[in-house]
Amino acid sequence: MSTSLLLAQLLNGLQYGVLLFLLAAGLTLVFGIMSFVNLAHGSLYMLGAYAFAVVGTQTDSFLLGVLAALVTGLLVGYVLEKTVVARLYQRDHLDHVLATFGLVMFFNEMVRMLWGPQALFVSLPDALSGTVELFGFTYPSYRFLIIAVGLLVAVGSQWLIHRTRVGMLIRAGSVNPTMVGALGVNIRFLNAMLFTLGAALAALAGAMAGPILSVQSGMGESVLITTLVVIVIGGIGSVQGAFYAALIVGVADTLGRSYLPLLLRQIADREVANAAGPALASMLVYVLMAVVLVVRPQGLFPAHKDK
Amino acid sequence: MKHTHSTFCLAWAALLAANTAMADVKIGFSAPMSGPVAAVGQDQYDGFILGLERLNGKFGGQTVTVLKEDDQLKPELGNQIARKFIDRDKVDVLVGLGFSNVLMASLPRILESGTVAIATNAGPSTLAGAGCAANVFSIAWQNDGSAEAMGKYAQDAGFKKVFLLAPNYQAGKDNIAGFKRFYKGQVVDEIYTQVNQPDYSAEIAQVQAAGVDAVFVFYPGGMGVNFVKQFSQAGLMKKLPLLSAFTVDGTTLPSLRDAALGSVSGAMWDVALKAPGNADFVAAFSKKFGRTPSLYAAVAYDTAFLLDIAVKKVNGKTDNKPAFVAAVKAAGTELKSVRGPFKFGSNNMPVQNYYAFQAVKDGAAITVKQLSTPLAEHPDVYASLCKAK
Amino acid sequence: MCSRFLLPAWAWVFFALLACVPWYASATDDNFLTAFLARVLIYAIAATALNIALGWGGLVSLGHALFIGLGMYSVALPALAGISNGWVHLTVCVLSCMLVGGFTGLMSLRTSGIAFIMITLAFAQMGYFVLVSLKQFGGDDGLAVVAASDFGAFNLSSAASVYACALVLLLLLTVWMMKLRESPFGMSLRAGRQNSRRVNAIGLALKHYQLTAYVLSAVLCGVAGMLLANLNAYASPSSMSWVVSGDLIVMVVLGGMGTVAGPILGSFLFMGVEEVLKHVTDNWMAVFGLLIVAMAMLGKAGVVGWWQQRAKADHKKVSTTGDVA
Repeated sequence: MSTSLLLAQLLNGLQYGVLLFLLAAGLTLVFGIMSFVNLAHGSLYMLGAYAFAVVGTQTDSFLLGVLAALVTGLLVGYVLEKTVVARLYQRDHLDHVLATFGLVMFFNEMVRMLWGPQALFVSLPDALSGTVELFGFTYPSYRFLIIAVGLLVAVGSQWLIHRTRVGMLIRAGSVNPTMVGALGVNIRFLNAMLFTLGAALAALAGAMAGPILSVQSGMGESVLITTLVVIVIGGIGSVQGAFYAALIVGVADTLGRSYLPLLLRQIADREVANAAGPALASMLVYVLMAVVLVVRPQGLFPAHKDK
Repeated sequence: MKHTHSTFCLAWAALLAANTAMADVKIGFSAPMSGPVAAVGQDQYDGFILGLERLNGKFGGQTVTVLKEDDQLKPELGNQIARKFIDRDKVDVLVGLGFSNVLMASLPRILESGTVAIATNAGPSTLAGAGCAANVFSIAWQNDGSAEAMGKYAQDAGFKKVFLLAPNYQAGKDNIAGFKRFYKGQVVDEIYTQVNQPDYSAEIAQVQAAGVDAVFVFYPGGMGVNFVKQFSQAGLMKKLPLLSAFTVDGTTLPSLRDAALGSVSGAMWDVALKAPGNADFVAAFSKKFGRTPSLYAAVAYDTAFLLDIAVKKVNGKTDNKPAFVAAVKAAGTELKSVRGPFKFGSNNMPVQNYYAFQAVKDGAAITVKQLSTPLAEHPDVYASLCKAK
Repeated sequence: MCSRFLLPAWAWVFFALLACVPWYASATDDNFLTAFLARVLIYAIAATALNIALGWGGLVSLGHALFIGLGMYSVALPALAGISNGWVHLTVCVLSCMLVGGFTGLMSLRTSGIAFIMITLAFAQMGYFVLVSLKQFGGDDGLAVVAASDFGAFNLSSAASVYACALVLLLLLTVWMMKLRESPFGMSLRAGRQNSRRVNAIGLALKHYQLTAYVLSAVLCGVAGMLLANLNAYASPSSMSWVVSGDLIVMVVLGGMGTVAGPILGSFLFMGVEEVLKHVTDNWMAVFGLLIVAMAMLGKAGVVGWWQQRAKADHKKVSTTGDVA
């Protein structure tokens, strides 16, 4: 096991983690503060990716694509909040599950009706398609952009939540929404804004993932589960927690995939290792989550201290 | 008033009589029409319908009705759809049957009923070997075929060390095994990744560290788009030959475009193939559907013509199941396939050529060019395990 | 009135109609109907099982499809080894579901809320990955069930026999559920869903009841899986994916969580509407999705809940939401 490979894998884990964070940030806010189980988060991610792909390829501009994704996220998020989500706050979590389950089906089909079943082509400007030599490996420069954007969102959300009045209201709302409402804050407007923000973040994640992943109907499902795992490990409602958990999950998953089969080969023969290795590697993230949940159910970095 | 009423009744009766006189061939078509591999299902349906159209909507002179079902890539649904086609719709032939796992789950009722079933997208090793059945055919390929062709290609090209990647499920393992069957060099490593894994940067880093001459992958559908995009972005497409099966094909090339340039894929058909009737098929498909066909469409197109020959052989009497089964088998030898030489082996799997194609630029568009034919009229390795007549 | 004849009148009519199906199907030469409804009944059994944990216990498990899978493989694997004795299959099924259900239940019940949902999901995914990687047992391609369960007096080799078995089982289960719901066990469980602290304060160890409910629902799901394997003559890991667990939850909630008729109705609605819509439009998923959203927004605790509230309103009684469970 060479050190340069290990370093390269660490970097890979980091950027996969940052990609997960972009998705997890929006979801954990909606989940934790509004206590709304939003399974349609993956669909918002998908819509963002589609907007980026369509506009980006038409205009040949990366920035316009990202902008289109953000606008789509904001619009769809706002409309969803006003029509569906707002009516469901008082309800059981299961009603949320049911409603967003239906939305996922609807969006998947809608996207297929509009753009067909094939994956969409996404173009990257030449400036971002290059590679960088790092640790003896060629590394796509675009991944660094993802890391940069992720860190920006992390810093930005930290600032928003801890340094602004809105952030204070958000934090207060996560502890006691009724009181916040009673104090004269327009809690409905706050919730709408929060949901829209979450949707925009999801769409941004979709736009950033567009160039490296397949943009097609149903692309949200495969990342949704991992995102849920991330926010549970990090602590629901905590963006900080989501950041650290995303990095942990990203690194653990990447290193697990790379080194578990190798480790297994030391103790068992090749056939068994080839069969068991990938299975164990895919289970690793779930085992990690199960351990965290049993040992510290509120997550590793919860939003507020439990009594 | 009374006059028109009686004329109407007479006309209606005449129509009914005419209809019952003409036998109808019912086709039950099933494929994944939704979800991540919907592009494959759509191509298959479109290819089949195009073939039917060119035969003027008739197989062997009999009018054809096609019933379409979406198996959603769910084996349980495949099972239910097979029952529906056989028990309720009483179809003469089941066409499509989807991916290997859906196909296998649909088999029990199909085997029980003896109805002709033609798989257009799979040829699992179980079905090719011990689990073979006289009434179940694959007109597509035996699953290992394309990978075997790439193994032979790699062997002939003189690659000393290779790296193998596939998803961790049955088809992935079969493809890797197929590649190794014909490649005699050194396999530095083989990695089975998680199904629908989004990020391959870890595996790509391992490939770089391994210092190999070539890489072989099997990543169907969205996984292929993900992998090839990321492989190309890491700058490896220029440095390392990428050999693949079912990864770069007609359904993924439009979204990959330049990212796939230079990669070599093994398949029994592609757009550039110089086979009789192929250019005609490609032109007709492109004109009707506004996109280039994939190998999935070509297979389905062939199926229509195969059934035409088979129904002609039994003079439209498709209810005599054993006779129809024999006719379908014999029709395989007479079929003028768009992929070149074709016939059914003893285990009802295709015996056909497997070619190597390379993705090249043609002006502004991306297309493929035929490199060689690593395996000609190649039967599969499981035929000896099949004990059916 | 209900306890006299075990079930309300309309329930008997419902079951009687269902009992006529195999005869109707063979009369109209539409054996597909039997197979289709058999599948609906099997999922109704699974949904009823889930309801014990979900509707009464408030335990939202996204991993119950794991037990369906265990049930399926407890038929497929012995059959592969040449054992077709249905009682052996049943024993394997019950034992494995008790073991796995007990273990996962113990682990999961240390958490609650969202954490509980996620951990049950994790266990189901782990089971799924293990089975997909096992090439000897078919892996992702699944395993054909070479010998149907033979219980001596009857066997499950045809769709009609599976249908009959499923119907009888569902009937027995429904009667049992009606009794269980009002039994001390059921009442404690349902009380725990409303206010766990109070239940514990009274002196009832709620965790024990919850674990029992969880394991019971696991075993019943396993039995449903056994029937499914016999119906399809096939066992496939995809039947234990989280999507199936999600479908089960949708069925229970759609029909009416916590009620007895709810899961059954939910199963019929979910699968029936899907089948009907498929004939109407190719884009049925969009319509179905919107229908589900509408159902969720109506929020009258599922169809049964909505019906019960209507009935209560008719009698001019004041109904409170949350009373339905």
